[in-house]
Parts: sequence; C-alpha cells; structure tokens
Amino acid sequence: MQEPPFSCKIGDTGYDAFRESCDSGGMEECCVKGTTIAAISTPVGSGGIGMIRISGEEAIAVAERVFHPYGGKELDKQKGYTGCLGKIWDGDEPVDEAIAFVYRAPKSYTGENVVELSCHGGVYVMQRVLRLCLKHGARPAEPGEFTKRAFLNGKMDLVQAESVMQLIQAQGDAAMRAALSTRDGAVSREIEAVSDVLLEQAAHLAAWADYPEEDLIPVDETALQAALAQVEQRLQKLLATCDGGRVVKEGVRTAIVGKPNVGKSTLMNLLAGEEKSIVTDIPGTTRDVVEDSVRMGDLVLHLYDTAGIRDTEDVIEQIGVEKARNVLESTDLVLAVFDSSQELGTYDWEIMETLREKPVIAIVNKIDMPRQLDMDAIEQRFSDVVALSARSGDGMSRLEERIREKIHVDKLDASQPILSNERQRAAVAAALESVTLARGALQGGMTYDAINVELDFALEALMELVGKRVTDAVVDQVFHQFCVGK
Amino acid sequence: MEQQAIKEYIAESVDVAVIGAGHAGVEAALAAARLGKKAVIFSVSMDAVANLPCNPSIGGTAKGHLVREIDALGGEMGKAADAVTIQSRMLNRGKGPAVHSLRAQVDRTRYHSYMKRALENQENLLLKQAEIVDIRVENQAVRAVVTAMGAVYPCKTVIICTGTFLGGKIFVGEFSQASGPDGLHAPTRLSESLKQLGMPLRRFKTGTPARVHRDSIDFSQLEVQKGEDPIIPFSYATHIPPENAVDCHIAYTNADTHRVIREHLHRSPLYSGVIEGIGPRYCPSIEDKVVRFQDKERHQVFVEPMGLDTKEMYLQGMSSSLPEEAQIQLYRTVKGFEKLQIIRNAYAIEYDCVDPTGLKPTLEFKHISGLYGAGQFNGTSGYEEAAAQGLMAGINASRLIDGQEGVVLERSSSYIGTLIDDLVTKGCQDPYRMMTSRSEYRLLLRQDNADSRLTPLGYEIGLISEERWKMFHVKQLMLEQEEKRLRTATIAPSEALNERLRQLGTAELRTGIKLAELIKRPQVGYGDIREFDSSRDDAVGADIVEQVEINIKYEGYIQKQLAQVQQMKKMEQTLIPEDIVYQQLDGIRLEAREKLNRIRPCSLGQASRISGVSPSDISVLMIYLAQQKGQAEGMQ
Repeated sequence: MQEPPFSCKIGDTGYDAFRESCDSGGMEECCVKGTTIAAISTPVGSGGIGMIRISGEEAIAVAERVFHPYGGKELDKQKGYTGCLGKIWDGDEPVDEAIAFVYRAPKSYTGENVVELSCHGGVYVMQRVLRLCLKHGARPAEPGEFTKRAFLNGKMDLVQAESVMQLIQAQGDAAMRAALSTRDGAVSREIEAVSDVLLEQAAHLAAWADYPEEDLIPVDETALQAALAQVEQRLQKLLATCDGGRVVKEGVRTAIVGKPNVGKSTLMNLLAGEEKSIVTDIPGTTRDVVEDSVRMGDLVLHLYDTAGIRDTEDVIEQIGVEKARNVLESTDLVLAVFDSSQELGTYDWEIMETLREKPVIAIVNKIDMPRQLDMDAIEQRFSDVVALSARSGDGMSRLEERIREKIHVDKLDASQPILSNERQRAAVAAALESVTLARGALQGGMTYDAINVELDFALEALMELVGKRVTDAVVDQVFHQFCVGK
Repeated sequence: MEQQAIKEYIAESVDVAVIGAGHAGVEAALAAARLGKKAVIFSVSMDAVANLPCNPSIGGTAKGHLVREIDALGGEMGKAADAVTIQSRMLNRGKGPAVHSLRAQVDRTRYHSYMKRALENQENLLLKQAEIVDIRVENQAVRAVVTAMGAVYPCKTVIICTGTFLGGKIFVGEFSQASGPDGLHAPTRLSESLKQLGMPLRRFKTGTPARVHRDSIDFSQLEVQKGEDPIIPFSYATHIPPENAVDCHIAYTNADTHRVIREHLHRSPLYSGVIEGIGPRYCPSIEDKVVRFQDKERHQVFVEPMGLDTKEMYLQGMSSSLPEEAQIQLYRTVKGFEKLQIIRNAYAIEYDCVDPTGLKPTLEFKHISGLYGAGQFNGTSGYEEAAAQGLMAGINASRLIDGQEGVVLERSSSYIGTLIDDLVTKGCQDPYRMMTSRSEYRLLLRQDNADSRLTPLGYEIGLISEERWKMFHVKQLMLEQEEKRLRTATIAPSEALNERLRQLGTAELRTGIKLAELIKRPQVGYGDIREFDSSRDDAVGADIVEQVEINIKYEGYIQKQLAQVQQMKKMEQTLIPEDIVYQQLDGIRLEAREKLNRIRPCSLGQASRISGVSPSDISVLMIYLAQQKGQAEGMQ
C-alpha cells in the first residue's frame, strides 16, 4: 500500500502533516531561530569591566557575528573553556575590544553552548554590545533565565531549584513594579497608546472580515496607511527614548561656543586629553568647525568647536554667530565659554540671547587672570555656571560633574533598567518591523488578511509588555466599536 | 399537584447516551455509533432533530471554516448542508484567503429530515423521544440516565447537548413562559439533577427575529441578493454541487423604525430587567442596536427563505423581545414591509448552561468521569460551534470507553481546537461565537485546506472511510505536483503576456520567470495568466489550483505563522500532571495559583493562556515540572 503522505499521531494534531504540506514546495528553512538568549550578566558599575553572556544552541554563531578574534581563528573552532582576544564590530565600526570565552554544552553554567564576552566599555558600550547580540539572533534573557536553564539542563540540584523559583518570581515582580513606576510609566503609557491605535485598525479589519454583510464603515485604505505611518513614527521615537535617548546610544552632541580666543580650543583639547587643534593666542588659528569625540566616564561627548576666524572683527563676529546658530540647531548640550578677563561684548550678549532654549553650561574661563567679567549677568542668565582655567586645568572635574548632571547620566541605575528596557526595546523593535512590513505590503497591494497578520505580530509584541492577549483584545474591540450581528 | 412516584425500569444498556438531538447531539451520536459504540440519542421531540430554530443557514465567517473542519474529520454537518442548500455564497472574496467563508441558505425542514434519516440509518444507534430527568453518578463516574417516564439506561458515558432547551424560558414584551425554541417543551428537572452533581448552572440568553409571510412583502422595494454560481460545496465528499434555487433580499430600518423601538423600550424585558440571562454581544436584538449605536441611521435586514416548501421568511437583523404589538408596528415601518404578516413572532430565550472552564479539553467534566458537555450547554452559540463540539465529545467519549487517549486539537490545527481551547481555558462571559479574529493562525487555518489539516487525523480516529482516504491521497498528490510544477516551470515573456501584466498594473517581463515568482505578485492571480502557462494540466481542479496559489502567494506569511506555532509547540507539549497541587507552589503568585487550580490546565501552553497567569508564574511552573520529572527519574 502506498505510504500516506502524512504521518499523523493522535494527541498530536496533524499539524506536522499540515506543516509538511505547506513546506512541500521545497522551501528553505522554516525553523525558528533557536531560543538563544543574551544579557549583561555582571552588575554593571560605571566604567567597570562587564560581561555579556550568550546561551543557547546558536550562542557561538551569534557571538561570531559580532566578535572577530585577532588571531583569525573562528570561535566555532575554539575548544570549550578557552578564551581569545578580539574586537566587537557593529558592521564596519569597531565598538570595543573584548575577550570571548567559549563554553561548549553541556560543560557550561547553563548546560548549553555559552559565549561570554568581557568588554571594558561602560554601561553604554555594554548595552550596545548586547543589542548587537540581539540583532544577530539572540533574544533578551528573562529575569533568572540563565539560572532557570541551568536547572532545566540538570546543572543544579533540587534544593537550589527551590530558591531559583523564588528568585524568578521576585525578579518578575520587580520588573512588573518597575514597569509601573513613574519613571518607566511614560514609556508604558506610550506603548499602550500606540497599541490602541493598532488595535483600532486591527479591530476594524476584524469586523470587516468577520461581518461581511453588515454595512460597516468600509476599511479606508488611506486611513489605514496613515495610522500605520503614525504608529511607525511613534515606535521609532519610542525606540530612541527606550535607549535613554540618542544621547546614550550615539553620544552627546556638544557645541562649544564663545567669542574668538575665549579658550574654546584649549578647553576642547583638555576634554579630549590630547592636542588636536592648534592652540595659540592669535585669534583665527582655528580654521573650521572642529569635531572630536571624547569619553567622559560612561559618556561619549561629540564636541563641535564653532569658531571660524577671518579678517575684521565685525565680520568675525558675524560669521561666528551664524556658525554657532547652525551647530546649535542639532546639539544636545552647549558649553558657552566666556572670558573672565574681559567684559561682556556684543558677541557674548548675542550668544546669551541665542541660547535661551538650550541646555547650556556656562563656562567662565581664564579665572587665573584678573577678572573683568560681570559674573552676575552670567549667573542671572544661566543656572549652570562653572568657573575654570582651561590652561591650568583648574575646575575641570567640576565641569565633568556638571555635564553628567545636566544629562542625568549618573541617575541611571546600572543593571535593572537595562534589563527591563531591553525587553521593552526588543518588543518595540519587533513591533516596528511588523508595522513597516505591513505598510509595505499594503502599498504592494496585498490582501488585508495578510496585513492583519503583521498587525497581530506588532500588537502581540507590544501587548505582551502589558500582559494582554491580542485575539481577546481585538474581539472585545470589535464588539465595542461596531454594530454587528443578526 | 405532585405526580405519583414514577416506577423505574431498566430499559437498555448502552455505551454512550446523548441528551438532546440538536446539532451537537446529532454529531456526537453519529460519531460514537460510527466508532462502533452502542449509542442512544434522546430528544424531547423527534420533530426537533437538527432543528434550525434561528436562521435558515449554515456557515458564515469562521463558521464555514468549522463546517469544513467537521467534514474533514468525518462529521455530518457539511454533507447535510450540501444536500439541502438552496442558495450559497463564498463570503469575503477579495478580502484574502484567510477569511474566505462559505455560507449556505438551507431548507430548514429538509435539513431536519436529512439528519433524522442519518440517525435512523446509523447502525448501533437508538433514537428515543424522551426527556432525561436524571443523570446517575457513582464514584465520580456516570452510571445511567433516567427518562421522565422511568426508563433507566445504564451507560458508560453521557454527552449533554441540551442547547437552549434546558430551563428554557421565552420572553415577548411582558409575556413570558417556560418554553424551548419553536414552542417545544423545555425540560427543567435535569437542571436539578445537574445541580446535585455539583454543577453550578448559569443563565444565558439569545433571541430570534420573526418569521413572516412571503406574500406580505413588497420585494420591488428590496435589494436582491443572489447566490453565487457554481456553488462550492462544504463537504470534500460532495461531488455534485447543489444549485442556487432562491434569492435573498435586503431591506433597511429607518428613523421611523427606531422611533417605534424607543417608544416601546420600557416594555422590553431586557430593559425592564426581567431577563437575567447574559446575551451575546455579537447578536444584539434590534432594540440593542438602536440603543447602543444611536448615530446609525439604518440597520440592514436580510430576508431569507426558510425553505422551498414554505412561504415563511426569516428576517435576519430584526431579533427582538418587544411585545408582539410593537413588533408588528416596528417591522411595518420598513420599506417593503408595510403590509407585513408575522407568522411566528420574534422572542428572546433564556436557558441553563455551564461554565465551560469546568471541562477538560476533551469536553469531559473534570469532576465526573464519563460525563461530557457540548454545544450551547457549554456556553457557545451557533449551530456550527455546537456541531464541532458534539463531534469531539462523541469521539472522546468513545475513546474513553476503549481506554484510548482523548483527542485534543491544538489551536494551530483548527478553529475547532481554538474554540474548545478558548472555552475550557478562558471560559465565556456571554454566548461564544466563532470569529476568524479569534485565531492567531488565520492564514494557516483556511477553509480551503481543512482536509489537509484534519483528514489524516479523522482517518486515524476511524471516521474517514477507505474510499475517502484514497480520494484524499489523490488530492494531496495533485496538490504537491501542481505546486512543484508552478515553482519549477518558467513562463516566457511575450507581447500578449506583457499586455496582460500592464493591465494588471504590474511590471512587464523581460526574461523568463518562474511561474511561482509571477504568482507571488499581489496584483497577479493565477487565473490572469493561466492562458500563458503552457505546461498547465487542465485536469487539475480549481480547488487544487486555488490552494497552491495561496501557498505560493502567501508563503512569507504562512512561514511566519508556522514559526509562531513552532515556538508554542514545546509549551503545548509539556504536560501538567492531573494531580498537581498548586497550593504547594510558593513561587507562584496567589492569584495565579487560584486560577491554575480552578482551570487545571493540561499543558504549559494552556496555562500560559489563562488570564492572570504571568510569564514568571509559567517559569516557576516549568521548573517545578522539571523538578518533579527529575525526582520521578531519580526514583527509577
């Protein structure tokens, strides 16, 4: 007798068979990415060495996509319990130097393949490395998941297991509390608001599909497209805020403004710690907008020196102000430098006027020289004023402190927010991907049932964060919103 | 006046006793008898077998999927509907394959006759017109059922399919009386028996519009709605499709209608608080619609014939529990209904049902072995939802007797699986209707591939004949070959083809391209380019071409959903022992512990769907299960 095309077991569901039938066109892999997880596994103190642990079947493959050993020997060829030095890459861009330790299943903490990447970067480099791992196939580990896996893979005894259960619950509760706390509340609220927009569209599509004979308001493709565009934009924005802003991810765009020869270049070099621009007493030696990136603890400052010196004084000031304005358009922080040894000039007043809306730290330079400056005027205008001498370095530590305060970096707690943020971030990123795909499919003329699949994916990702199920929510919305039935 | 004590007698021992012969009961009894069990089916009236007390139609969105799935597993509903269809349409054409749904207008009396004959012709099956008043249970297992006249039927399993009959009470304005649908007798004594078995009953309500005389309608004022030719049958075994024999019509309510309704609202039992039952959200009465959606200027009314041998017409969309006087007034405000004559008035009906979270996914009661519930008794609504549960209950009752494992369909396999999982995991707060939006796997669970999904299982269960199994193989083989052909064969550019592609608004071909690649374009249907497909085999049926086309066109989405299924699979396959003591699991929060203890999910997957159970709770549960497993292995 002919072999049945399907094997089908009771208690199973014929699903395998069904899947085979869907696969029968010789499609390539349809398997899910294994559940390889990653997380920052050391309590991350600012500036300390941190470790990112990747665990799961794909751990080594994931690590290989972000880490390139100096020796050129692929990680996959490394034996267990060995480490090697190399670099973390984000595409073409080097991120950090790191040591990768490879553990092969079952001889690892979790009993799975494990790679531990030890980097020297601070919190934000660590976060970036973690994100790279997530981008390349890992998913963020749940609270206690490494330990849970260790237990499930028989790496722990039963007594330990008891405490693991309690630990997980405690951490789950903590994460839930964190999500409800005021600080994360804004993110949660925005996620819910975005979900609501998606939900409304999903419900409309559902009602339209489930009640074909009701004279419901027809699905308006333009409105759907607009809603998706809106959601896409909000998710993108959310993604940025999930990061603690572009500031954290890409560094702080910092403009140094001030009249010629106020000491901007000296200050910049001091911050950068090395001589990059030529410093002289003659105005006009800085040729263009100078850019440099400096690290200040966990923080990267991208410095923009705005001076451009030409001939006559009037022109100088003219050009200087204009340049300053241009750069100011896109900066996160302004360091406005004033000369303690001179009275406030037109240029200084112009600057003070221009900077009204910006986060500014006023720097009164050259305090080692006799003071001519009207400090009251400065202090009236700016809430943050630091007096220093760029030449001698006096007052520099105060400046650093003030910069960190100004962008709230030292208020970021190191480990927990990153963990919960990573989950939020992964969910938001997944939702964004689906919404973008949905938009594309809609433009491409795909039927709405397919669009709906993407909307479901997006909603699922977002609603998981608030502990709801998509299908229930959509059905409830249909009944709430539409007049349907016999 | 108290009756004299009834003298009981032992009537006949059976394997499976089915209480009620509606859509759930019929499927349950047929399945059990076909699986070789001696079965008996009871109905308060043999004239009420497979009655359609509401709309004279089978299928509709998601319901059509259910009928296809019932058929793929070896149930009867699809064949019955095909045999008595008088008009049919594929709903949602153009909205995508996931939501295509068949809906057929059927002849109500002929549907009843067909099903009654099917019962009569079935080997191993007894038909009894009797009211069951008691279910006897010993040691937490069913032993017998007892009729009102004292006949005791010792039995191994019982399936309760009482529909809207149990404790039925109808409402028309101030008027109310104990009654089942269509004026049939409503049993009440079984409710007492069930309460004594520790089964808390609750009241749900539903309603139905009036049946009116065709000659009293001015059809010239109505829009006509024709059937779709050729009819696509429900059953994969129906080879000669039925033909469209009647038209339906559409009318509209207006401001006058809504005024009459508002004027009489105080006389509605629902608004005056007389009805305690919870009504379905999706099936509001016309007064509900007017109250809830005040800004809507008109509501649709579908005029559907009740059959070929009658002039009764069903007015879908006009369900009401207003007084008869108000009904006449409000119906006659509709254009075309000015002289309307009501034959049977609209009414609301309230009935006893259970909380389905008391059931296992096999539909057996958790606390009484051998006792099953199916259909509206379980809190659902609709003929198709009832039939689906009846079929599964009939299968599982039979398997219980044989000591076999129950059949539980996963959500990813079917709408039936989704329906039952929803019921037993989440319960329902109002009568549950199947909708495509209830499934997270819509693009997998299509009506076109129900046989691919379920017929192998139906065969293994024993409800698919050898002949049908062979047919199935042939079809699967053709599907496979056709898909392979479309994926490998190329189509060459030609002036004519490019002209066609231009018309369709898609890019022209410069070089040859795989047919599948061309079909993947959203603008292109296979039908559009079929004439240019030189390697086609005209013997390949339209159903096959359609299914293959969907598989190709929606490949990406299908893959995505399959990946989702795969992710859930491990959770679904991790079983939770029946005797687990949740109170001991300190790591789980109190609320979750209480819910888990009440629902007692069978698998981690099911546990994860219970509202109020968090991912951390599931993690803890997972660890606990692994720990238990470790201990058990350690002892060995």
